[in-house]
Amino acid sequence: MAIFSVYVVNKAGGLIYQLDHYAPRSDTEKTFSFPLDLVLRPHDERVVVAFGQRDGIRVGHAVLAINGAEVNGRFTADGKDVLEFLGNPANYPVSIRFGRHRLSSNEKLMLASMFHSLFAIGSQLSPEVGSSGIEMLETDTFKLHCFQTLTGIKFMVLADPRQTGIDALLRKIYEIYSDFALKNPFYSLEMPIRCELFDQNLKLALEAAEKAGPFGPGS
Amino acid sequence: MSRSPGRKQENHKISRELFVLTYGALVAQLCKEYEKDEDVNACLDRMGYSIGIRLIDDFLARSAVKKCRSYSETADMIAQVAFKMYLGVTPSVSCNSVTGNEFSLILDKNPLVDFVEELPAERASLCYCNLLCGVIRGALEMVHLAAEVSFLQDRLKGDAVTEIGITFLRKPEDRKHRRN
Repeated sequence: MAIFSVYVVNKAGGLIYQLDHYAPRSDTEKTFSFPLDLVLRPHDERVVVAFGQRDGIRVGHAVLAINGAEVNGRFTADGKDVLEFLGNPANYPVSIRFGRHRLSSNEKLMLASMFHSLFAIGSQLSPEVGSSGIEMLETDTFKLHCFQTLTGIKFMVLADPRQTGIDALLRKIYEIYSDFALKNPFYSLEMPIRCELFDQNLKLALEAAEKAGPFGPGS
Repeated sequence: MSRSPGRKQENHKISRELFVLTYGALVAQLCKEYEKDEDVNACLDRMGYSIGIRLIDDFLARSAVKKCRSYSETADMIAQVAFKMYLGVTPSVSCNSVTGNEFSLILDKNPLVDFVEELPAERASLCYCNLLCGVIRGALEMVHLAAEVSFLQDRLKGDAVTEIGITFLRKPEDRKHRRN
């Protein structure tokens, strides 16, 4: 899956639509005996692997479930602190599931607003008047492409760095938005988009863009 | 046209007569509901406004035009691209004022009044196509251009031509958001 997600941000910087398109990363579940050979530490609201990467369990993976029951942040399903639980030899053998933590919707909202602010700063830093703002943010694992319409809506697509044709995809998403969201009489402007047709058509467009692959759009 | 991407480009054309009749029925119903012409005009303008705020994104998405850098470019864009795209007519543009923020669109043909000869006597100050003024006003507002749009002349009222006047209002710009 080369296109990871799509974000739509309204004029005020609020996230009005979000879609995750990647296949769920594989989580790893293993049974451990005392003592644990992984080094765990708390990070934000989660318990993550700090050292001791092995067998598909990577540094940065979070503890997702213990003995089949999903953990609630830093606490097990029964309310015990995860690190205390795993420090007690009486609880072993224990089966722990590790995986990449997925962003919660609150985190996504916050990140979208932050990007909106960065975008505004980017436009102001420009030495020339009338800058388009941030168009692309590049890292080694993904590229974030952004397109702001003249009406102030931003469409962001996170994709594989090798994926091409994202510009055309952003324009296509704009068309889909203007068709299936705006023309829906029951959709209020600037509000979260909850239109079935928009979802369906967006997914079709993403699949078409992915099929075209790194060689450019076919259609 | 972007409809269902699975199908090839089908011509989703609806009959022009149906559209013109629908508009006529709308105005006739409003006339039944409101006694005063000003109320009907205001209602048409409001409806047009809520169409305009949505139509602008459709226009920008399908025409892929660049940002206009002056009021006269904007007026030209409305007349030559937008009117052509949505109504199939191209009004001519003229600048009315020295300050460069008042423009007129002179409409030769207006599809909405295909079947209307003249206004009834008791509705002498009705602006039949006031919906269009609302559409233009709403669309401009969404690209951060405040304007007043109204009919300056109307063939239905006995004038020689149909003229829509657009006056761009200069307001103290909100630097935070209007940087570009």
